[in-house]
Amino acid sequence: MCTVCGCTEGTPSTKRAKAHDAESHERYEVHVQDNCDRHCAHPHGDQGPQRSNHAGDSHSRHRGSARHQAHGGQALLSGGAGPAGLKVAGMGRERVIQIGRDILGKNNGIAADNRALFVADDLLVFNLLSSPGAGKTTLLVRGVSELKRSRPVGVIEGDQQTSNDAERIRAAGVPAIQVNTGKGCHLDAATIGEAYRRLPLLTGGILFIENVGNLICPAAFDLGEACKIVVLSITEGEDKPLKYPDMFAASSLMVINKIDLAPLLEFDLGKTIEYARRVNPKIDVLVVSARTGEGFGALYAWIDRQAGHQRRALEDTRR
Amino acid sequence: MHEMAICLGIIQIVEEEVRHRSFSRVRSVCLEMGALSHAAPEAIRFCFAVVATRTVAEGAVLNIVELPGVAWCMSCSKSVEIARRGECCSCCGSYQLQVTAGEQMRVRELEID
Repeated sequence: MCTVCGCTEGTPSTKRAKAHDAESHERYEVHVQDNCDRHCAHPHGDQGPQRSNHAGDSHSRHRGSARHQAHGGQALLSGGAGPAGLKVAGMGRERVIQIGRDILGKNNGIAADNRALFVADDLLVFNLLSSPGAGKTTLLVRGVSELKRSRPVGVIEGDQQTSNDAERIRAAGVPAIQVNTGKGCHLDAATIGEAYRRLPLLTGGILFIENVGNLICPAAFDLGEACKIVVLSITEGEDKPLKYPDMFAASSLMVINKIDLAPLLEFDLGKTIEYARRVNPKIDVLVVSARTGEGFGALYAWIDRQAGHQRRALEDTRR
Repeated sequence: MHEMAICLGIIQIVEEEVRHRSFSRVRSVCLEMGALSHAAPEAIRFCFAVVATRTVAEGAVLNIVELPGVAWCMSCSKSVEIARRGECCSCCGSYQLQVTAGEQMRVRELEID
């Protein structure tokens, strides 16, 4: 079955994506069906004609650009000097070379390229994070069903295995790509760049990236999103933000989900918000129920505000 | 285990340096890790030995320079050290802290043959 649109024509196949960065993709497979007849009508494979700016396969293709040179050099804070040639007493031929490079510099560079591409495509991108079972997919299914009425919407789903989540999104009438990370515990920027090429163009719309359910690892990896959204369900306890502070520190919005269960639980909403703001005083907070739809109006309004911020920022840079 | 991915990033940086400069062996790798970074030094030490196997960094000593977390207190307008996120200002007790340093994870230097 085609994992982009969910159609059943064509011979199923799982194709390892042409590596645009074989080194960082060894651990991932992006499941894609390329030989589906329907794709002629809505290109979302490699051959999407509008994708010429990002087709090909590779970030290495872009590497000649000023942007790539910039982020390649950016990590080299020592000014790109050759070996320092420092002789260390008693150490013979050894030399100490100062390199001063960001360990996540490569991922951050690709994330910067993704971000530039998303902005160029007038696309608002959110990276959804939570522990497993907080309700990210249920929240997305309800959200995209509404949002697709007013703008293009797409989803990249990250899970260790299965394409269940992408199928749920497609059933809501929205294109979705499933990325299986295998033994990986997070999505990275290169994987997202590749998955994005396989979605139809979403100009003027929204792309949701549902990260692997994990409150630790995905916090470290910029994907090129406009902002991170952390989903916390009230069954998880008030002190999750203190137990897993990196994720809440990295997020712009905390969505407190499953509020319809509040009468059954002793859940202190005020304390949860207080704890989240201890690790991130600027974090926005919304309270919803993905099951009943409570609070979704405020969520859509928040998304519209982010779209406005991105549009104004883009206009400012063009002036 | 994102520490494995982080250690792969370290090895990648070392291998790029090997390609750009002429050396055959890395004796030690020195990292800078902030107290508020996304990985714990002990986890990095454990993963590094595994990831370095059969690379130019195999057998290299890993030295980690741990740097403090620093935040600006928006309540008392002072720069204060914090050991972890969620701590309050040591001067006034406020949680209105903006992290200003201590999130870095960098390869500072290599000792090579």
